[in-house]
Amino acid sequence: MSTRKPYVRPMTGWWLKNPVYILYILRESTAVFVGIYAVILLVGLIRLSSGEAAWNNWLAAMQNPGAVLFHIVALCAAVYHAITWFSVAPKVMPPVWINNEKVPVEKIVTGQYILAGIIYLVLLGLILWG
Amino acid sequence: MSKRSNEPIVWSLFGAGGVVVAFSMPVFILITGIAVPLGIVSEDVISYERLAGFAGSWFGKLFLLVIISLPLWQSVHRIFLSLHDFGITGGEIFFRVVLYGAALWGTLLPLFLLVGM
Repeated sequence: MSTRKPYVRPMTGWWLKNPVYILYILRESTAVFVGIYAVILLVGLIRLSSGEAAWNNWLAAMQNPGAVLFHIVALCAAVYHAITWFSVAPKVMPPVWINNEKVPVEKIVTGQYILAGIIYLVLLGLILWG
Repeated sequence: MSKRSNEPIVWSLFGAGGVVVAFSMPVFILITGIAVPLGIVSEDVISYERLAGFAGSWFGKLFLLVIISLPLWQSVHRIFLSLHDFGITGGEIFFRVVLYGAALWGTLLPLFLLVGM
């Protein structure tokens, strides 16, 4: 067995060294909140399938101050996910051509914001008054 | 036959999940996690009767499956790719099984529940 102990540059806290890295870590961290919220919805579905009493327990659990605080942070995370997703999307998808002209990246980003706004309003309308 | 990567499948689920999260999740978090619990919006909008009725329709089943399962795939894939950034460099197979296994469970369980509702 080798007794050699090569020097390995420590990488702890590397992402604190540049604002761009912090934003990157922030973006990746949104996945944790997205995952937890999806599990909360899944638990809700399990409760819903067990009957009305179980569903009402789930609704009551959502009123816990800790739960509300989590959802406020999760809302920020979901919105930040959306912002970063819209700005990356034109870079990973094939170029869009209209009248033999490539649609500029900024227009695709703006288009997604408009589409998201419409979908949010439609969803809210259907949930609140549907 | 050469060994094929399962990356395209996982990436497609990640991509679809990212779209679902970006275009719908803020509204669901706002309603279920903030507006209803704080009493800003009546509890009736997500009452048992209304949601059980929704889950009883085929459109409702598909809708609920999509908003639960796809965000999970998006989440686990992103967490898996970020492990390295937090200094976790080993146990790739372990993390693949745990994370993608969780997303698969979070797809099959709602599917099973919804079909029976």
